[in-house]
Amino acid sequence: MLEWLLHILLKLQEVCTNILPIVLVIVGFQCLVIRKALAYPKKIIMGFIFVLVGIVFFLEGLELALFPLGTLMAFQLTAPEFLGATVKLPLVVWQDYYWVYLFSASLGFATALAEPTLLAIAIKVEHTSGGVIRAWGFRISVALGVAIGLALGTFRIVTGMDLYGLIILGYFIVIIQTLFAPKLIIALAYDSGSITTSMVTVPLVTSLGLGLAEAIPGRTPLIDGFGLIAFASLYPIMTVLAYAQIAQWLGKRSLLSTT
Amino acid sequence: MIKRRFIKQLVSSFLDLAPIIVVVLIFQVLVIGKPIADADRLLIGLFFVVLGLCLFIQGLELSLLPLGETMAYDFAKKGNLFWLLAFAFCLGFSAAIAEPALVTIADKAAMSASLKHLIEPTAMASSRYALGLRLTVAISVGLAILIGVLRIIKGWPVYYPVFCAYAGIALITPFAPKDIIGIAYDSGGIATSTITVPLVTALGVGLASAIKGRNPISDGFGLVVFASLMPMIFVMVYGMAYA
Repeated sequence: MLEWLLHILLKLQEVCTNILPIVLVIVGFQCLVIRKALAYPKKIIMGFIFVLVGIVFFLEGLELALFPLGTLMAFQLTAPEFLGATVKLPLVVWQDYYWVYLFSASLGFATALAEPTLLAIAIKVEHTSGGVIRAWGFRISVALGVAIGLALGTFRIVTGMDLYGLIILGYFIVIIQTLFAPKLIIALAYDSGSITTSMVTVPLVTSLGLGLAEAIPGRTPLIDGFGLIAFASLYPIMTVLAYAQIAQWLGKRSLLSTT
Repeated sequence: MIKRRFIKQLVSSFLDLAPIIVVVLIFQVLVIGKPIADADRLLIGLFFVVLGLCLFIQGLELSLLPLGETMAYDFAKKGNLFWLLAFAFCLGFSAAIAEPALVTIADKAAMSASLKHLIEPTAMASSRYALGLRLTVAISVGLAILIGVLRIIKGWPVYYPVFCAYAGIALITPFAPKDIIGIAYDSGGIATSTITVPLVTALGVGLASAIKGRNPISDGFGLVVFASLMPMIFVMVYGMAYA
């Protein structure tokens, strides 16, 4: 019990030092540059205490659940007995790992679709685009992008391909799409990828990648294990730009047919 | 009042986790067909995650987010370029430092590096490496927000800085040590998470609505993506310096 208390106190101290800079920035700029007293100081102090305690619990839960869960799924889906008797271990080909791709894709799709920040933005987009871009269409295209990104990312870990080539290829496609995309949506499409990589998904996805790199023969965690987050935040840009393009095209057509 | 909000937040934090639980359970039952090992530990952990998220988000909504948002708006209206840019940098830097996901992933990266003997296998060396990584990411996020704010003020198209960052990444990667590339590519997406995204988006959208001739949607967004690209370049440079 005492040991546990000490552990929590140490964590609390660490979190305090991490939070301190942003507190200083916000309070400092508020008092020194804007020169306004803090409104509702009691509420704010309570908020900061909530943030501190919240992060401590979250980090504990991370170590107990999210990290082990990612590693566990990585090992279970790549275990020789799971892959079946037909597979001889040193001769496993990338097709044998299809459940890995399917799992990461479903995980990406589900988490992106349920992401609350994305929901708020989607409603805003539908409003400003005058209904040409639907909130649901926007969310589904982001979720599809994350799913494709994670499936490709795990495929890369399995095959040991270079991260560089696949990402630069993605950039190339984004550049071409940008030149033709409707101007209004470009900034939002860019941000949509980074928005979906939330506090919950990042640890889970990272430990999945590291676990896969550990479990699959011939891969090393440091070189092959990272990179999934990069995929998950690049591919939604493409799907959202594509969706906007299609929506604009359909919108124009229906506009023409009604007049 | 507070109690009711707390319960509501608890439910929505649980809903954040629900898709993960559902997908994992479906795969566990239908595909793998084995009981989950250590299920009780996982359950306790998930409960901690939900509780932690709930408190954390509620705390953010009480303190940092409304403060940050009104400040972003005040700075945008005040029109003092120097202070606006200083605020932009400090906000990006300190938000990235506070980001819990970055803390844990930096530790993971240091652990992997230490296993491969890239750094000395001591706890000191690991924590120094992790801190260096976080500071690098934070400085680059700060710089990215500064440049992004400048872009909104000047009215440059959003893809100018993004394309430049793409080119920078494409040019530097061949020279970076192989061990750092994966971490570098991930660091941007990790840094732009629960604390950074709402604050930075508020700054961008607030600024774009305060300046005449800017559209909050087409000009105000685009800060986050740049903030997730810059760390990629800087972390690769960090890796080159460390090697």
